Amino acid sequence: MKRLAAVLAAIACLGAAPDPQAVALDALLAEAPAPKLADYRLFRDEAGRTPNGGLTPYALNTPLFTDYAEKFRFLYLPPGTKAKYRADGVLDFPVGATLVKTFAYPADFRRPSENVRYLETRLLIRKRDGWVAQTYVWNAAQTEAVLKRAGARLDVSFVDSRGQTRHVDYAVPNQNQCKECHQLDKAVTPIGPKARNLNGDFAYETGRENQLAHWSRTGVLSGAPKPAAAPRTARWDDPAEPVEARARAYLDANCAHCHGPRAIASNSGLFLGVEEQRPPQLGVGKGPVAAGRGSGNLKVGIEPGRPDASILVYRMASNEPGVMMPELGRTLTHDEGLALVRDWIAGMKPQ
Amino acid sequence: MIRFTTALLAATALAGAAHAKTIAVAPGPDAQERIQTALLDAKPGDVVALGAGRFELTDGLSLDVDNVTVKGAGPEATVLSFKGQKGAGEGLLITSDKVTVRDFGVEDTKGDGVKSKGADQISFINLRVEWTGGPKETNGAYGVYPVASTNVLVDRVVVRGASDAGIYVGQSRNIIVKRSRAEFNVAGIEIENSMNADVFDNVATRNTGGILVFDLPNLPQMGGHSTRLFRNKVVQNDTPNFAPKGNIVANVPMGTGVMIMANRNVHVFENDIDGNASSGVILVSYTQSFDDKSYNPLPRDVVVRNNRIGKNGFDPKFAGGGLIKMMLKSDIPPIVWDGVTSFPGTTEPVRVRLLDGPVLNLRLPGPGQVEKANPAVTATTVIPDPTPEMAEPKPVVLPKAQADLGA
Repeated sequence: MKRLAAVLAAIACLGAAPDPQAVALDALLAEAPAPKLADYRLFRDEAGRTPNGGLTPYALNTPLFTDYAEKFRFLYLPPGTKAKYRADGVLDFPVGATLVKTFAYPADFRRPSENVRYLETRLLIRKRDGWVAQTYVWNAAQTEAVLKRAGARLDVSFVDSRGQTRHVDYAVPNQNQCKECHQLDKAVTPIGPKARNLNGDFAYETGRENQLAHWSRTGVLSGAPKPAAAPRTARWDDPAEPVEARARAYLDANCAHCHGPRAIASNSGLFLGVEEQRPPQLGVGKGPVAAGRGSGNLKVGIEPGRPDASILVYRMASNEPGVMMPELGRTLTHDEGLALVRDWIAGMKPQ
Repeated sequence: MIRFTTALLAATALAGAAHAKTIAVAPGPDAQERIQTALLDAKPGDVVALGAGRFELTDGLSLDVDNVTVKGAGPEATVLSFKGQKGAGEGLLITSDKVTVRDFGVEDTKGDGVKSKGADQISFINLRVEWTGGPKETNGAYGVYPVASTNVLVDRVVVRGASDAGIYVGQSRNIIVKRSRAEFNVAGIEIENSMNADVFDNVATRNTGGILVFDLPNLPQMGGHSTRLFRNKVVQNDTPNFAPKGNIVANVPMGTGVMIMANRNVHVFENDIDGNASSGVILVSYTQSFDDKSYNPLPRDVVVRNNRIGKNGFDPKFAGGGLIKMMLKSDIPPIVWDGVTSFPGTTEPVRVRLLDGPVLNLRLPGPGQVEKANPAVTATTVIPDPTPEMAEPKPVVLPKAQADLGA
């Protein structure tokens, strides 16, 4: 209630002395989505490269794989508000909070800061009665992003880090598909900004700093313990960390938003969140339920010691709709993620 | 006063209806975006009307608005073709309540056909879901696929070519499947981990198995019970099993009429069961290993009575079937039961009334222990004898508005 009052006060302030430059909180909270990304004034420039005041950049220890796209993430908080710390699940964000994520490809991943093409900017907006997901697709000239509710396919080419040219039939999700992944008990919810997945360093303009510490220090977050006392998700790509922790972090970020007991694939009985400890629920010795040809003629989700006999690996490796997992968000195989999960299964003691 | 209130309510209802609109979508370019936009724009009470013709889709479609009807011009006239589908696990996904999908065809989805997840009062009416290349392992798993749903109506649906089950109802409650036709699927109709289902006046033919009632372990909803299968034609299910291995239906022998696995309180009556080479009705335990103490792998409280049983069991495809046929010097009896009556950790008594015999009781000591079979053939099998009353499950009653759709 107090938080709502703060938001209302903030809106009232805006009303009293409208700042033509500030983020348009009224547009974020409006019932209908704005037709153009620029209407929210989340960025200072038309190309969406320079965040406005009130936006904090962040990164996740282990993110979702989306066809090798680069992702630029920001948290916007209305003036005078803070996120509240939670050890489990996503942080408690105030009304008006907005998660901003731009999907982009550099022309050549060996020179990642040059010729970066923005594809879409997705918003998760905390409205008064819950979260709403929207996405805005950038034009070819990179001067404007417009609302796209029904999804789209974009033709993308890039040179990968090994110098190979890759093509992506990139899928912009439709609004329902946003929710398919972003849901808990049928309500839209963020996935990434959990304390444990934010508990890592970020290279701020002011230098490297732990994100939880930085957010606490800059007034973005209240109630957080010292980073060492907060839970932490492993970095999937840090070879210094144990394979199991990395693989579980990877499955958590890439699968558990659907494969969880309160999520859209609950009926599979396959639960891949980091908190899951029961072997059958993780797929060990578990037969498929509704996999159809997704089973690949294999009998169990995970056959310890045998990645090639594990449906998990088979579906991660596939690019065929109806077989591949995740169902949404990728058209390419994530070779490095697949290798990690293979390593993990290969290292499990055969039963 | 009552009359006044009624009039007021009626007026309110009419006023509500006045706001409802029809969003028409015609075939043509950009069908994907136009249909999906209509499904996003629809408000409760609206109808999304798909015109006659072929819609060429490139991705999955989804609906998440309550109380919307998606209606075509007929299952042959309006065709959603997913031949060019590039993503998503099904053709159409419904995640909202009080939705009716009716009068259109869905072809060649890469995964499942039409799915509802977590939906209440979901109705699939006069649909056709088909894989046009005939039975193939690469076809999608399920045609019509309500899961984790309540108040499910499937009426006058035709499904052909599903590599798992044509009509599959999973982890749901209060279900009616009627007047539908399932052919050339692995399983015609399957009710799995579900409570209170009435399956009647359907035709299940040319599948591997006609109608299955299963319960599986390690799922959020288990303990399936109270299903009535009646007045169905379960005839000539003779398509070789083409399910990808690993899926439970890959174990269904070709030529199975009705199969009941690890479920409780299933009544099979007044069906026409004929021309199924393995057996007319099979009762079997879940035979795979599992780690789930709350799961009961045995079929129990099963009644099979008053069915018209034709010629079945003439070419059994289940393990040991050929041998048994040789031993018996006759066809496999129309009803086959594995005969397992106890399982460690379960206390529920196993009771059966199998009256349309002869019955082949394999008398296995435990699930799947075929090598220890001690087969016996009896005219009927009633266990325990005399059986206490095994009351038929009460008829499934759907909310009136939904029931009227299937009137």
